[in-house]
Amino acid sequence: MSEPVIKCENVYKIFGANAQKMLQDSNGNVDAKVFQENGCIVGVNNASFEVAKGEMLVVMGLSGSGKSTLLRCISRLTDATGGKIFIEGQDLLQLNNKDLIDLRRNKMGMVFQSFALLPHKTVVENIAFPLQIKGVKTEDSINKAMDMVKLVGLEGRENYFPRELSGGQQQRVGIARSLAVEPDIWFLDEPFSALDPLIRKEMQDEFLRLQDKLQKTIMFITHDFDEALKLADRIAIMKDGIIEQLDTPANIVLNPATEYVRKFTEEVPREKVLLIKDVMDTSKDNLGDLKVSQNEIIENVAEKILTQEKIVAVVDNNNEIIGSINPTKIINTVFGGRKNNN
Amino acid sequence: MEFLKKYPKTFQWLFLLIVFFALCFAIDVPETYKFIRGQAEFVKDPNQSSYVFLGKEVRYYAFDVFWRLPPLLGWLPIWINDSLFFLMNEWMPIEVWNEDTQEFKSRPIVLQISRNLTAFMTFLIELIREILLGGLETIVAFTSWDWIDKNPWAELPGLPWTIVAAGAALLSYKLSGKGLALFAGLTMVYISVFGQWKPSMQTLSFILVAAPLSFIFGLGLGIAAFKSKRVEKALYPILLVMQTMPQYAVLVPALVLFGVGDHAAVIITMVVAIPPMILLTLLGLRAVPPEVIEAGRMSGCNNFQLMFKVLIPTARRDILIGVNQVIMVCFSMAVISAFIGAKGLGFNLLLALNQLNIGLALEAGLCISLIAILLDKMSLAWANKQTDYFGNLTFYQRNKNLLFFGVIFIVGIILAYIGTFLFKDTFNYLFEIPHNKGISTADFWNKGVDWIFETFFVYIKAFNTWLIQDVLQPMRALYLRMPAIATIVLVVGAGYLIGGLRSALVVCALTLFIAFSPWWDRALVTAYMATFGVVVSCIIGFTVGTLCFQNKHSANFMLGVCDIFQTFPSFVYLIPVMMLFGITDTSVLIAVIVYATIPATRYTIEGLRSVPAGLHDAATMSGVNKFQRLTKIEFPLAFPHMMLGINQTIVFALFMVIIGAFIGTEDLGQYILKALSDKKGAGIGLTLGICVAFIALIFDNLIRAYVQKRKKHLGID
Repeated sequence: MSEPVIKCENVYKIFGANAQKMLQDSNGNVDAKVFQENGCIVGVNNASFEVAKGEMLVVMGLSGSGKSTLLRCISRLTDATGGKIFIEGQDLLQLNNKDLIDLRRNKMGMVFQSFALLPHKTVVENIAFPLQIKGVKTEDSINKAMDMVKLVGLEGRENYFPRELSGGQQQRVGIARSLAVEPDIWFLDEPFSALDPLIRKEMQDEFLRLQDKLQKTIMFITHDFDEALKLADRIAIMKDGIIEQLDTPANIVLNPATEYVRKFTEEVPREKVLLIKDVMDTSKDNLGDLKVSQNEIIENVAEKILTQEKIVAVVDNNNEIIGSINPTKIINTVFGGRKNNN
Repeated sequence: MEFLKKYPKTFQWLFLLIVFFALCFAIDVPETYKFIRGQAEFVKDPNQSSYVFLGKEVRYYAFDVFWRLPPLLGWLPIWINDSLFFLMNEWMPIEVWNEDTQEFKSRPIVLQISRNLTAFMTFLIELIREILLGGLETIVAFTSWDWIDKNPWAELPGLPWTIVAAGAALLSYKLSGKGLALFAGLTMVYISVFGQWKPSMQTLSFILVAAPLSFIFGLGLGIAAFKSKRVEKALYPILLVMQTMPQYAVLVPALVLFGVGDHAAVIITMVVAIPPMILLTLLGLRAVPPEVIEAGRMSGCNNFQLMFKVLIPTARRDILIGVNQVIMVCFSMAVISAFIGAKGLGFNLLLALNQLNIGLALEAGLCISLIAILLDKMSLAWANKQTDYFGNLTFYQRNKNLLFFGVIFIVGIILAYIGTFLFKDTFNYLFEIPHNKGISTADFWNKGVDWIFETFFVYIKAFNTWLIQDVLQPMRALYLRMPAIATIVLVVGAGYLIGGLRSALVVCALTLFIAFSPWWDRALVTAYMATFGVVVSCIIGFTVGTLCFQNKHSANFMLGVCDIFQTFPSFVYLIPVMMLFGITDTSVLIAVIVYATIPATRYTIEGLRSVPAGLHDAATMSGVNKFQRLTKIEFPLAFPHMMLGINQTIVFALFMVIIGAFIGTEDLGQYILKALSDKKGAGIGLTLGICVAFIALIFDNLIRAYVQKRKKHLGID
């Protein structure tokens, strides 16, 4: 595998007057309670992970869990107290101001929960803003911004001011703005949390469509577990600044690492999250006639499988049998073990 | 007793009042006491006591300390004066090259700085003035008098008024549209036709220098305070005092530092106009949401871009209010600084008021107010303007306005040229209508005033007598009857009950400063006039505000009226009251009331508006009627905001009381006015100004402490 785009090694973020010194004294063993007694608040506690090119990592946690702080460390909107962060192999914390600005102008884009649009600029001016900051000529930047307006489906509203748009439309502008410089890395900080449920779903679908087309490396922050499951390649679940578990959605649902994570997974409709390949057996004996693809979501094929009496074969993309699935397994997965952890 | 246990605060207040009145009755008026013209005047009177401090001898009439504190700070004005003199004439001499005599000359550094600053300001004012009115100082500044003698053609003729008027209309059209263009055009035509062109342009050139400079410095300092906590901490107390210091009082030290003339007026205007600009810039920048800043950073802004492309535009609303304030202060100062020799409408206004020529004063005042409103609207339109990126514009479309101006320019010059033939024997009315040679309605107004005065004389006089004899005199006597110690106990006690120990200490320090100054009696008179004005203003303001709030349109209308009234320079308010009531305390008080009612009304409407809509619905669903909703829901919630209105009302009232000294009142203002014509007045003027500022700050402190507590209690912020 090629070099990870984002790589964090033992990242700490601690707020407070003498955070630096306390962190050094603690030898990497940070206890939030001890720190709090000394007037320090732990935002991020020993976070280490990598994000590969084109991957979408969703960081999930409730408010105050440090997920936004983690994102701000990686975009260096705040400086991490300890640890190392590499962006495409470059040590982020060693960059001087000029290089940092260059990095942001060319490699990074960010979307904010409250949209953070500039109130005095129109839609198209807002989108062209990062380009103009970079020094692109006004005319070129406006042309490029118009392309972005089309990409997010806001044609005809380019001369509106943010205050004249609905929340969903404003966030489309935010998304378009963050994409205007064609960044490789895309940060989204609870982009859909301020939207109504229906609009949120629409925006999630739109987001998946965009990502399908653009293939950015993404860090996506959310407090909504369903959203995380829907979007993520991998999910990191945070609590009190600590990453409790970082894994694929299926693994998190099937094997929650801690009690805290399990609480989230309890209410999840598994048939909507898990794929056939997540629950299949590797044995290929006694197969019936029916074949299902390993990449189907259980919900879509459950009826077919459950009406079979025989074991169903699972095939890969080349239609070769790679395993099997038993109807009882489906029933166990969907209905079993909700309360008592299998 | 049950009652007192239930309401401990009420008990404490009662106790405070009892102590206050006990002190008042216990301490008798000393037999020798009469309302003296200041406790520390240098009349050699055998009854006076004296002390020497820092080498300054202070003489005063001594009383029992409970009755009046001795003027322990009496040396302060003298000391300030001497220090200023020392700074200007002796401190740190440097060698300066003298062009004329071709030799080095030794001069104190402050004097040199002041001279350079003065020269720079004069140059700026002359530059604009000569574009508008013609002249040769600017050209001389670049060349020499000899050169101009050889090349007499180089003297600027000044723009014909037609060009300026059409230009103003065109600019307004570009900025805003037809409405403003029409207003601009009519204003300019009015000014010209009524023969106020020259003074108006003089005032305008003064404003066009003072306002942008104040804006730039205010913005710069505001940014500096936003970026550095230390700068903010250093600036804050100065800003507080400057905001509450009457503009009059700043004139006196300026006189010493910068001399007499337009340049000194510009500098002093800046000193007064910059503080509100700083505060509002800071307020606006603080209110920018952190995510917007982050969005700017993530767009790759460097610090400079972040400030000027993200922060300042986002904080535009507050900064614009700052600009509005700057313009307001500039016009207000344009009049007041006529006292230190600024030319223009202000000078004419003062002259006319002095001669009791109400008609002329009215015309000049109207001109100032119109220009003020025009500039205010134009700056607002400019800030709200957006650029249009669409449509490929042709050269003609892009430079349409410039071309139009070119056409106007040429037509104006041709008209002026034709004018030289048309008006051969008289003035060229198409070039410039000279002062007082235009149409004048002054006679009409003067006759009108006379008529009103003759017709209603009996009623006006009766009202006047009643107000003065039955209301004002007793009130004044009551204020003066308070022993100093009782007043201090009352104020400090109130501070403690409202804001705790901290508040009590601050208020105590402020009060003691005034009590130890030689002008305690004057301060009491100032306070009585201000109190009367504030109480009446608040009653009117709250009533009008509440009534207007009942209907959305009337509320908007009222806010608009407040906007316009606020743009009038404070002096203008004196004109109509003098028309009716002549030179009496009544005039001043009515001007105070009219002026101070503006903030009271505005804050009432705004406060009532800030009550959340959800609460309205909840109240309606609980079945309240309109009156109940007002008293049970809206007033309690809007009250903190309305209190801030009272705060503003107090500051406005104090300003007007001080300005009222111009028509003769016996308060601190009279002394400030006197200090203006006194060679050694700088120290006195400044100290008096600080006294007035401290009166305002005492109330400011109490009200703010109360509002903060109340807001916390109600959970709104």
